[in-house]
Amino acid sequence: MRKIAALVFLVFVAFLLYGAYEMRDFGRPPSDMDDYIIENSQNETGANNAVTAVVFDYRGYDTLGEATVLFTAVAGVMAMFRRRDDHA
Amino acid sequence: MTMPDEGLSPVVRVIAAMLFPFILIFSLYVILHGHLTPGGGFQGGAIGASAVVMLIVAYGARWVESKAGEESVSVLESLGGLMFVVTGLLGFLLAATFLSNFLVGEVLFGEIPTFGSNPGILNTGGTLPLLNIAVGLKVIGGLASVVLIMALGSRRDAA
Repeated sequence: MRKIAALVFLVFVAFLLYGAYEMRDFGRPPSDMDDYIIENSQNETGANNAVTAVVFDYRGYDTLGEATVLFTAVAGVMAMFRRRDDHA
Repeated sequence: MTMPDEGLSPVVRVIAAMLFPFILIFSLYVILHGHLTPGGGFQGGAIGASAVVMLIVAYGARWVESKAGEESVSVLESLGGLMFVVTGLLGFLLAATFLSNFLVGEVLFGEIPTFGSNPGILNTGGTLPLLNIAVGLKVIGGLASVVLIMALGSRRDAA
């Protein structure tokens, strides 16, 4: 079992290294998306702040996920620190 | 003069009470101008939560709880989350996809600024101001209730 896990791990690391090898050179932007957002975010979302435009519009699902993380954290803290006056 | 069981000296309390509204106003400013200036819901919410944490430090957790219990504070958080999802679903109903910006070009928050630098119009951004307010409510409620619950649960007399 451990050998299988080690094999899977090594294959995964090799895959990641291959992916890193195939990336663009250092300093070159990884995609043309930044130009697109700089050119179009004001027209498409009407927001001056391009960062907010990306976070809440182009990448809104991610922000929803972040909000869910916060919700889960609050739920966990409430479950841990809940006072037990009812049972005392 | 005897010190209260929780909280700090009267000097700290008075200064904290004087600073509290200003910090809240700054937090609301960062949230409401999130689509124009650096910041947004998360950052402004963290500022607002830090104001509540300052009150907890200065006045003690039990005093803050007597003013706003952790249940009502975490209702604020759930309300923010609900507002976010409802805004997303409205985008699904009124436009094409979930969280699509259906308010661009409409009356509310619909103006489109000129390209490049501009003075910044508050009535822009489509759904972004709504989502900023939602996330701001969520972060204020979430962080404040986390700190409040921890402070209440870790008191010495709380067995």
